[in-house]
Amino acid sequence: MSIGLITPSFIIERSESKCTQCQVCVNQCANKVHIFTAATKKMSAADANCVNCHRCVTLCPASALIVRKNPLEFRVNSNWREDIIRSIYLQAESGGILLAGMGNDQPYPVYWDKLLLNASQVTNPSIDPLREPMELKTFLGRKPEKLTFKNGKLYSQLPPQLELEIPVMFSAMSFGSISLNAIKSLAQAAQEAGTYYNTGEGGLHRDLYGFCANTIVQVASGRFGVDPDYLDAGAAIEIKIGQGAKPGIGGHLPAQKVVSAVSETRMIPEGSDALSPAPHHDIYSIEDLRQLIFSLKEATEYKKPVFVKIAAVHNVAAIASGIARAGADIIAIDGFRGGTGATPLRIRDHVGLPIEFALAAVDSRLRQEGIRNHVSIVVAGSIRHSADVVKAIALGADAVYIASAALIALGCHMCQKCYTGKCNWGIATQEPSLVKRLNPQEGTRRAVNLLRAWKLEIKEMLGGMGINALESLRGNRLMLRGIGLTERELNVLGVSAVGE
Amino acid sequence: MICIEAKGMPYKELNRIIRHQLANRDETSCLKNINGQRYIGDALRGKQKIIIEGTPGNDLAAYMDGLFIEVKGNAQDGVGNTMNNGLVVIHGDAGDTLGYAMRGGEIFVKRNIGYRAGIHMKEYKEKIPVIVIGGSAGDFLGEYMAGGIIIVLGLDRSSSENIVGNFCGTGMHGGVMYIGGEVFPYKLGKEVQVVPMTERDIYVIRSYVERYKHYFGLEVPAVAEKFQKLLPLNKSPYGALYTKY
Repeated sequence: MSIGLITPSFIIERSESKCTQCQVCVNQCANKVHIFTAATKKMSAADANCVNCHRCVTLCPASALIVRKNPLEFRVNSNWREDIIRSIYLQAESGGILLAGMGNDQPYPVYWDKLLLNASQVTNPSIDPLREPMELKTFLGRKPEKLTFKNGKLYSQLPPQLELEIPVMFSAMSFGSISLNAIKSLAQAAQEAGTYYNTGEGGLHRDLYGFCANTIVQVASGRFGVDPDYLDAGAAIEIKIGQGAKPGIGGHLPAQKVVSAVSETRMIPEGSDALSPAPHHDIYSIEDLRQLIFSLKEATEYKKPVFVKIAAVHNVAAIASGIARAGADIIAIDGFRGGTGATPLRIRDHVGLPIEFALAAVDSRLRQEGIRNHVSIVVAGSIRHSADVVKAIALGADAVYIASAALIALGCHMCQKCYTGKCNWGIATQEPSLVKRLNPQEGTRRAVNLLRAWKLEIKEMLGGMGINALESLRGNRLMLRGIGLTERELNVLGVSAVGE
Repeated sequence: MICIEAKGMPYKELNRIIRHQLANRDETSCLKNINGQRYIGDALRGKQKIIIEGTPGNDLAAYMDGLFIEVKGNAQDGVGNTMNNGLVVIHGDAGDTLGYAMRGGEIFVKRNIGYRAGIHMKEYKEKIPVIVIGGSAGDFLGEYMAGGIIIVLGLDRSSSENIVGNFCGTGMHGGVMYIGGEVFPYKLGKEVQVVPMTERDIYVIRSYVERYKHYFGLEVPAVAEKFQKLLPLNKSPYGALYTKY
């Protein structure tokens, strides 16, 4: 006789006095946690199925529900922690690779929270953003060595640029990993806010062709959806070499999420796993990368900037230098906290580098080599709020990509079960009954609000520093001080310690 | 027919000429003295024919969406990279990663090709890409194949030469391969199975062999019986590998 050793992670607490047996929770939970027994007119819960997404809690009209971490405790053990013991039970039962969603949730230090910003006092007046103009406009792309003018007009040819009203873009999330309604929300929000969203490796659904001017199309190792119309549709093209949530391995969309629309957009059989190979099998060297970059530039007549997206790993500075010299216009670096729909747990939690260090190292190296103007740097993984954005720019970024933050704006509660395809918020799912819970108009409104709020906060922080243009903050590490950082960490980041 | 003398011309200039001058015409064009220029035919749409004399460089017909390109000679790596439509005929050998992520169109190669051909080929409904190889293929043929048809004829081989390399069809989860010779089981990837041929398969092979004979003017022995058909074992070769955390 075999015993299942897995106990529920979460338990439902239902207030019997408040509950009216309206069964909203029964209808809303895609994991079938809530049960109404008609014969006895009693509600009960299958706690083991609960993923703690708060859908039922939020929608219960009587506020009768709380979801708690199961207080079942193992003996206190700082080494054999509960999550490790549970993971061994799961593997003993299945023999499988543990699959996880969203980003690294382990207690590594968050370096954004160890950096503090300056403000102006006395000798250098601050600027009032409510009454004076503040320039947040950002241009991404290769910048020329110098400009020449004739008769007072610009004579130099500028390489193609992307124009952003705010230095925040929506990062790559594929159609397949998230629903069409979620992508529509972000595409429309990007258009309204004057920024860009990224198709991810799932191809471009035809309903999204109206947002071409704000679309970055991605070419990943699976080359899903890549045809001349797709390349024409993007304002820019991004070659995905890696991502922070799974450095070094390929993409994986589980078969249950490959429904007919996903199958059509990606051109693979319905119900098959959508696999992206680990390397691009035609990129085995930096010269091969240069070849792919130029094949895409030729395809689009050199009219669009080409991004190369990499995960932050060891020697990222040298890699970035190679990528800049290979002809990329923009380098996107994804730190180890980056999110995803599905990745092996151990790769997510134990591979990669913090984006703060990767950014500082890449920016310093490119400046030392005199080629910082050849590329723009975009960072991701994880940018959580406007202060992270300001600190990233001070460390040298041209712009940031957000994904988890954008999904949270749409309603995500970080239950981290995206790979099951049962997202109760209609975000990381392809089931029609769940997808329609996310209204794209409402999603757009929330995403636009998030960007608007961050834009206002960024202006406040800039004004507080006495700066009225983002360009004056870019790479300006003097505006940062490190708190609780070691000597070596301060060196790599290129910032002084608080008090210095 | 208009001819372009391409001797010593950098690829950027050559491709600009092809795109703007040749692509809009109805007549066949000819490129003379091609010597390693890359990206010829890159993302071009249309139905024209371009004849290439010489050896084109890497990424010939990459992302191509139409057009008929005929190479009077050998081709290099990356032929038909992510090709969407059209036809490429090569009167010689081709290099590695032929038809990477190919989504439509057809490629006919007279003789041999290198490794990783047809990797991650795709298909959807009637849009089915096809690769026909006259000689043999290298390692990792049809790796990660998700759709499409690969036919390897195995002509002109010595008895010791293998028709396909190692790891043939590894990661295959769609599409079909017809190999015109014996494929030893140890050469196949774990995700591939050899299945019996049907009437339909013989018909498909015969029609592509006829086309091969038409393009290269060769006689191909009628050997449909000696073909082996390779199919993926299932659509989700790695589904059982993972467990939810």
